[in-house]
Amino acid sequence: MSLESPVATVPPDDADAPHAQRRRKANRSKSVSARLSRGDRIAVTLMVAVPTLLVLWLVWLPGILSVVLSFTRWEGIGGVDTIEWIATENYTNIFTIYPPFRPAVTHNLIWLAVLFLIPTPLGVFLAVLLDKELKGGRFYQTAFFIPIVLSLALVGFMWQLIYSRDQGLINDITGGTTDWYGDQDVNLWAVLVATCWKQTGYVMLLYLAGLKAVDPSLREAASIDGASETQSFFRVVFPVMRPINVIVLVITFIEALRAFEIVWVVNKGRNGLELISTLVTNNIVGEASRIGFGSALATIMLAISSVFVVMYLRIALKEEQR
Amino acid sequence: MPKPKSEAHYLATLTPPSVAAGVGRRGFLKGALGTGAVLSMPALLSACGGDEETSTGGSGGGGGGGGKPSGTVSFGSNEAGGDVPQMRRDALVAAYQKSSGLTVKTNAVDHNTFQENINNYLQGNADDVFSWFAGYRMQFFADRGLIGDVSDVWPIDGIGDAFQKAATGSDGKQYFVPDSNYPWVVVYRKSFWEERGYTPPTTLDEMVTLSKQMQSDGINPIAFADKQGWPGMGTFDILNMRINGYDFHVNLMAGEEAWDSAEVKQVFDSWRELLPYHQPDALGRDWEEAAQSLVANESGMYYLGLFAFEQFPEDERGDVDFFTFPEIDSNIGADAIDAPIDGYCMSADPDNEEGAKDFLKYISSPEAAAAMNEAGFPLIWANSNADLSGLQPIQQKAGEFIAAQASIAQFLDRDTRPDFASTVMIPSIQEFIKNPDDVDGLTKKIEEQKKAIFV
Repeated sequence: MSLESPVATVPPDDADAPHAQRRRKANRSKSVSARLSRGDRIAVTLMVAVPTLLVLWLVWLPGILSVVLSFTRWEGIGGVDTIEWIATENYTNIFTIYPPFRPAVTHNLIWLAVLFLIPTPLGVFLAVLLDKELKGGRFYQTAFFIPIVLSLALVGFMWQLIYSRDQGLINDITGGTTDWYGDQDVNLWAVLVATCWKQTGYVMLLYLAGLKAVDPSLREAASIDGASETQSFFRVVFPVMRPINVIVLVITFIEALRAFEIVWVVNKGRNGLELISTLVTNNIVGEASRIGFGSALATIMLAISSVFVVMYLRIALKEEQR
Repeated sequence: MPKPKSEAHYLATLTPPSVAAGVGRRGFLKGALGTGAVLSMPALLSACGGDEETSTGGSGGGGGGGGKPSGTVSFGSNEAGGDVPQMRRDALVAAYQKSSGLTVKTNAVDHNTFQENINNYLQGNADDVFSWFAGYRMQFFADRGLIGDVSDVWPIDGIGDAFQKAATGSDGKQYFVPDSNYPWVVVYRKSFWEERGYTPPTTLDEMVTLSKQMQSDGINPIAFADKQGWPGMGTFDILNMRINGYDFHVNLMAGEEAWDSAEVKQVFDSWRELLPYHQPDALGRDWEEAAQSLVANESGMYYLGLFAFEQFPEDERGDVDFFTFPEIDSNIGADAIDAPIDGYCMSADPDNEEGAKDFLKYISSPEAAAAMNEAGFPLIWANSNADLSGLQPIQQKAGEFIAAQASIAQFLDRDTRPDFASTVMIPSIQEFIKNPDDVDGLTKKIEEQKKAIFV
């Protein structure tokens, strides 16, 4: 889906910079094409054309079709002739008479804030600790990373065992009767705990990979200059890690916006767990096929994520100009 | 609506008027069998008479077209999970393979997932035969050309005229073969009630009194769960049918009555008065968990489909009994219930049409019922020739109980548009359970959304 597009833009970033330089150099020496053999030229053309077509076909076409369909009413059954044009009625309905919409937007924002405030710093912190090569570091590394590897169905089941009101672990131990998944004052937070549990390991792994790549001589230099551990992290290592920081930032945005699975496993994103993504799915994928209405929701989601994509691109481009 | 004379007759009441008007082909088939054409409600009684004749008349007019069925039939089942319904299905498949020599390739998917994906499933590579439901939900897809015409299979020996009507699409052709149905009733544990001296209530006031009694005895009166979204629809349906009657239910589901009308508000108001006797925190609970509280004698009764008894351990199922939801308005009475029909359809484009039709015909036969009987708990068989001797008393009682009803509804999500049921009614009923005090606001929102969907 179109939401995935930011992912596709992550890898280039800095890795691309050297190529760009080489290209610029190549440009200076008059005609590049003259120096490329016929075979090279075909290879280059294919390497550019095939991914471009794939992106157009798999990302842009469905994205644009979603926007187009958002102005229609369609059951998703039968040919194009069964599509009825209704202008902006879907949008009007979403903003005026669709009760789950407002909570969904709120929940996505809460999701974003929580992901920023808890798993991201925590993941960074764990990565820094593990980078010290503590005793049993590998064990902890695996332990923190396992949640990401587990299949979603299993994660949902595990947390169901913990949160179930009548038969769950928490209520059994504490003797409480909190309805963790049903009471909408707590269920979002209960699910967020499970999400943070997954997200922390992810951030940790990314950051750990980045830390391993930091030149140890930088830290040595810092400590020789008398910097404390904290100072050397925040003043030296953290700035050097800028590319990784940007990636973690972007991943947090993306994860918050496309949050879906865990909520879907719990209760299909209803009753206090509404998210924009579950509303889209509920309207399009279920037995109900309100393709037009669901597309309008997806378009709104696309618009929101575009804001972040633009922000990211600006940062990334500035980086490249330097 | 007149009281039906037989099970076949009451089932006929399921059929929406649009279908009843268009049974040309069925009439033709009936005519061919010498039982006379049946086109309208008054003629139904004669159809019941004719039904007897059909069942004694041997093989009926069924059977596919030309060659003998052979090869492999793919079978999409909505039962997975190793419980009773799956055991029944496995027994069915085994028995069919043995008797026909065909191979059945089963693709089982979890019940809810199957339903949620039905739209894509039918437009994609649907299995030759798949489980589905009778009534509006079948017609909706049949009208759109996604379900195969199985008129060839009909009439089926022992399957009543009314079941046939419920299997008929709006064009008068059959798209469905019934297997079983079950009533929505109040389920309770007999021995526990005898021990405590409780008796089944017949009016709402008695039910409230009994509930208060149970509460003072430290028991939760009515087990309740709505995490899955559909169980609450049952409660809405029955209150609506008790307060406003069956005809209002039909019109409301068809989008012809307003959801913000005084009638609907009254349903929610009555429900709100009953909520204190329901198990609290229903939105975090699966129906299975609610049924477990009944098994453990923590709850006194549970209004659910009769399948609730499957949650009882096998040796305790004889102890389960039920009664119909009590009367609320004496002018309306208590002779309407939800009793959904389950069964099977053929895909619009089957790989093995002969085999699919042969399998469908077998599914509704007494032999299939016998095979499934052995494997575990059946519900109530659609085929009147099925041997009932192996059934538990509660099922025989349920069969008679259904036959005694004046009107039968399918269920909220089977009687109305699927998109309305899932995107509007599930969240709305959950919203009501969470915040039962704002009925005016809630019903207004439902009506606004209904208008946007029923266009």
